[in-house]
Amino acid sequence: MAKQEKDPVSGVETTGHEWDGIKELNNPVPRWWLYIFYVCCAWSLVYWVLYPAWPMGTWHTAGILGWTQRVEVEQKIADAKKAQSGFTDRIASSSLDDIRKAPDLLNFALAGGKAAFGVNCVPCHGAGGQGNPGFPNLADDKWLWGGTLADIYTTIKHGIRATDDAETRPGVAMPAWATDSAPAKLTAAQISDVADYVLSLSTKTADAAGATRGAPIFAENCAACHGDKAQGNQDMGAPALSDGIWLYGGDKKTLVETISKGRAGVMPSWTKRLDDPTIKQLAVYVHELGGGK
Amino acid sequence: MAQDKDTIHHKIEKNVVLMFILVLITVSIGGMVQILPLFTIESTIEKVDGMRPYSPLELAGWNIYVREGCYLCHSQQIRPFRDEVERYGHYSLAAESMYDHPFQWGSKRTGPDLARVGGKYSNEWHTAHLVNPRAVVPESVMPTYQWMKSRPLKFDDVQDHMKTLNFISGKKPIYTPEMIANAKADLAMQINPEGDASGLLKRYPKAVVANFTGEQGVTEMDALIAYLQMLGTLVNFTDVKPEQLRQ
Repeated sequence: MAKQEKDPVSGVETTGHEWDGIKELNNPVPRWWLYIFYVCCAWSLVYWVLYPAWPMGTWHTAGILGWTQRVEVEQKIADAKKAQSGFTDRIASSSLDDIRKAPDLLNFALAGGKAAFGVNCVPCHGAGGQGNPGFPNLADDKWLWGGTLADIYTTIKHGIRATDDAETRPGVAMPAWATDSAPAKLTAAQISDVADYVLSLSTKTADAAGATRGAPIFAENCAACHGDKAQGNQDMGAPALSDGIWLYGGDKKTLVETISKGRAGVMPSWTKRLDDPTIKQLAVYVHELGGGK
Repeated sequence: MAQDKDTIHHKIEKNVVLMFILVLITVSIGGMVQILPLFTIESTIEKVDGMRPYSPLELAGWNIYVREGCYLCHSQQIRPFRDEVERYGHYSLAAESMYDHPFQWGSKRTGPDLARVGGKYSNEWHTAHLVNPRAVVPESVMPTYQWMKSRPLKFDDVQDHMKTLNFISGKKPIYTPEMIANAKADLAMQINPEGDASGLLKRYPKAVVANFTGEQGVTEMDALIAYLQMLGTLVNFTDVKPEQLRQ
């Protein structure tokens, strides 16, 4: 124990500790600090009564306010929905065309659609809907599955070849012509020729001899889905091959890969993840991106 | 101030052993109040239908997720805030992490939360994105994992992983003997969309059956995508009443 000593100036007892000649006075804690401490103690007692606090073995004290974070978020979402219901109720009961014709609804749908697009669609279709290899451009006026408001709505709602949605657009999966035995198996030379033919429809850089040899192969095997003039078929999701717009790439190497291995792009069904007014807003937003029919 | 000498305060402050013991008691109360209820309070893990142990392929994908440290940049925990619920979907439940040892909640979101990523994108997208995230998301800073696409999955030890989870899960085993016995067949079945997956789907309802990457054989990326496509899809929230989740 340090020896007791009084500071000669203030008359206060020191703690007996000394650092380089400086001694610590043993003053009581300041009053303001003490009172705040008492207030905190009192507040904790109030808190225990009002809010969830003490674990009691297999249960806990819930507090008389009945507050939980989960109830709070439920309430906040309900409030936000109510605040928007002036618009969303009308969107829910309006046809897509009517939404587009009413300026206030169109504004709301474009803003809401933009937000939903950013969260859900951008990873595949790009920030401006410009698409990515394998994921179609939504801002041009060429459509794989139709570009009317109703077509876009159906595509978003049920997806493309979505395995978990019975109403999805199944289309026709493009066969792997190098390996599938049905409908037919093409040799590597035939695949190269038909790729040249397809290239020749939109560019002049294709091998002319190969393209001539490829034309009858195309007519026999490919035209059933892609059309006689390779104009495409939206019922099957078969793209037009003559417009110079390529989903997977328009160089010969990619075309040969496409023909050899086949393609069957998948879009998820959004019906379980998004509510119907949101899907309607998305349809209107995508329709307005530039290519809506 | 000589009269303060004999107060409790003085005794505690000047007796280091007594002070240590009392501090220990105080801190333990704080610890017990926070930690013990998680083991005893019955409402901690919500009673919801649909949660099931991970299928062998999903479990292998989970192991890769942990191995690659995905949790360092991706959380799996949608907090009960309006902005998070509107962006990612229903807030996460404790029940949804009940088969994770350890849990993959994460603490940082360099990338988005993945708690409900299952079914949100196609298998083709996941493959393209894992091979090169910039191919589909130009602003992404995620590393590339292209080597995973063709790297064969090592799954001869999948049954040992399942038994280990049973060992560490506590009272109730996660996997039944039937699940462990069929593990390797179930694993191969999940990437074979042409096969008869009824046994797999009976043991692991809602498992996504697909050749995820289109590669021959089971690759590491197949397993990882199988795991990702399951995330957040097991609990059917249309059947859950909000009151069930209030705790």
